[in-house]
Amino acid sequence: MSAKTPKSPGRKLFTIIVITAVIAAGVSLATVALLVSIFEHKQEARNPFYRVVELDDDTVDPEIWGKNFPLQFDSYKKTVDMVRTRHGGSEAVIHEPTETDPRTEVSQSKIEADPRMKRMWAGYSFSADFREERGHAYMLVDQTYTGRQQAAPQPGTCINCHASTYTAYKELGDGDIMEGFAKINQMSYAEAREHVDHPVSCLDCHDPDTMHLRVTRPAFIEGIRLVKAAEGLDDYDVNRDASRQEMRTYACAQCHVEYYFAGDEKRLTFPWHNGRKADEILEYYEEIGFKDWTHKETGAPMLKAQHPEFEMWSQGIHSKAGVSCADCHMPYMRVGAQKVSDHHVRSPLLNINNACQTCHRESESEMLDRAETIQARHIEMRDMALDALVELIDGIKKAQDAGATQDELADALNYQRKASFLLDFAEAENSAGFHADQEAARVLSKSMDFSRRGWMTLADWWEGQRTETDTIAEVIPAD
Amino acid sequence: MRWKVLLVAGIASGIALGVAAGIGGFTFVYAEGASYLVDDPESCANCHIMNEQYDGWSKSSHSSIATCNDCHTPHTFVGKWTTKALNGYHHSMAFTVGGFHEPIQITERNRRITEQACRDCHGEIVSMIDPESASPHAGSDSLSCLKCHQSVGHLH
Repeated sequence: MSAKTPKSPGRKLFTIIVITAVIAAGVSLATVALLVSIFEHKQEARNPFYRVVELDDDTVDPEIWGKNFPLQFDSYKKTVDMVRTRHGGSEAVIHEPTETDPRTEVSQSKIEADPRMKRMWAGYSFSADFREERGHAYMLVDQTYTGRQQAAPQPGTCINCHASTYTAYKELGDGDIMEGFAKINQMSYAEAREHVDHPVSCLDCHDPDTMHLRVTRPAFIEGIRLVKAAEGLDDYDVNRDASRQEMRTYACAQCHVEYYFAGDEKRLTFPWHNGRKADEILEYYEEIGFKDWTHKETGAPMLKAQHPEFEMWSQGIHSKAGVSCADCHMPYMRVGAQKVSDHHVRSPLLNINNACQTCHRESESEMLDRAETIQARHIEMRDMALDALVELIDGIKKAQDAGATQDELADALNYQRKASFLLDFAEAENSAGFHADQEAARVLSKSMDFSRRGWMTLADWWEGQRTETDTIAEVIPAD
Repeated sequence: MRWKVLLVAGIASGIALGVAAGIGGFTFVYAEGASYLVDDPESCANCHIMNEQYDGWSKSSHSSIATCNDCHTPHTFVGKWTTKALNGYHHSMAFTVGGFHEPIQITERNRRITEQACRDCHGEIVSMIDPESASPHAGSDSLSCLKCHQSVGHLH
């Protein structure tokens, strides 16, 4: 009945009142939500971190640090990600566990992808197993089980950079890291492995009291002192004298460098005595007569370049502009009102937004295109240098087969050693030329030049084999 | 009977309105809402996203002569308040809901406003460099003040 009668003024008023109340309640709700959000953001900005647990200089386990620094810890854990970029990176490959290697997943093999590298490193353990480097999370497990351990047992020195070693140094050296460092260097890998539990951890780079960056690796402390002395700075103490921005590079450069094991005590040493460029390092190795191994095919005394990211970066435009490793590989990220360093250390090409665009205003696609162009050119040059080196190795073998003695081939073998080291330097450096593109091109050109000079000495030897009637082409046997 | 229902509903509605007004008022004060109605650059750093820009500005040559609004809002009454409202809305949405581009980037509309602001103050010298500086499309393509002088107001 009532539905048919027109609404009374009282009923209309009632409806308006109810709707008003509902809207007011809705507005209150939304405002409270906003108020809470503003409150939370203000709190975040006020407290950069909450001290949930006490950290001291012996707290190795990153999970404990993670309680005070959950944002940094979360991104640190992401270093398990396995992602490819166009010219690098690691992607997961299924691995059948064996007795000596229980891993179910590894990264793709570089020497299987490019067998020329096996020839370059013939007779050295790198020709047995060499894979794409995976993230920090895998540094310890990948080194413990690499096929290189079977090919030739590795020294304890290797552990200096593949584990959180700071507390082990202190323990073994009774509080003196230099002392502990010396002891680890002289152990076997298996023995050194007993003293460490974690891949690189928070305290390897941070002071637990102040959170300031610090250098904990003795080889870098000694190496950078050499570099600074050459620049006229005496008694350089990196932890006392380096600026904050320098530390954002030095913390990484503790490990991402070229090195060798000096003397019988296998002391990890950075070869920066003549400078940090590839050829200056080569010159130093020549001076001290160092060799890593003897080439299996030719008998040349060889050098293996490791991963000289710091040295190569030092020659590049970003270094000149004062851009640190962390600026690109650990760029700031925003979490609410906070800004934290991304501890998911990875290729900037996977994070162009934060890594490049803080300084570069161009679009992400343009930045990616620039980087990939540099890398593609680098790989093309690398390929040419590698072909030239393999041809030199073939040439030396051919001369040996024809009766050339090692003495007669000394120059050719020395050119092989030099060409190989420089090529390796540009190849092992983990940016496909990006860290210093022109320097990488110069180093590769120099490698090619050494291969060419090696060939010239071979041509001279063949010339000496020539009788009056032969032409050189008749002397050199066809393949 | 009916007036009693009306009275209860009226009171309830009144309370709801009162609560909304109260919370709204408190939020406005707590969020320093009034600061957005003036020109003080400090209010632009209220929500901390602009901390770096604010720090950069306070050390820059322009800090003694220009505020955020001088370069980032048009120099007309309507233009200024429309832009403040629009940017205020976008900023508060972005900061509350999240998901914005990091590092923050200027929108095309705001870039044009800033470009125009350069020309408003430095018109005399710009007119000698850019013959079309008076045109409404000035600064839209190659001859842009910001392209070369992007760090004048603050670093990025």
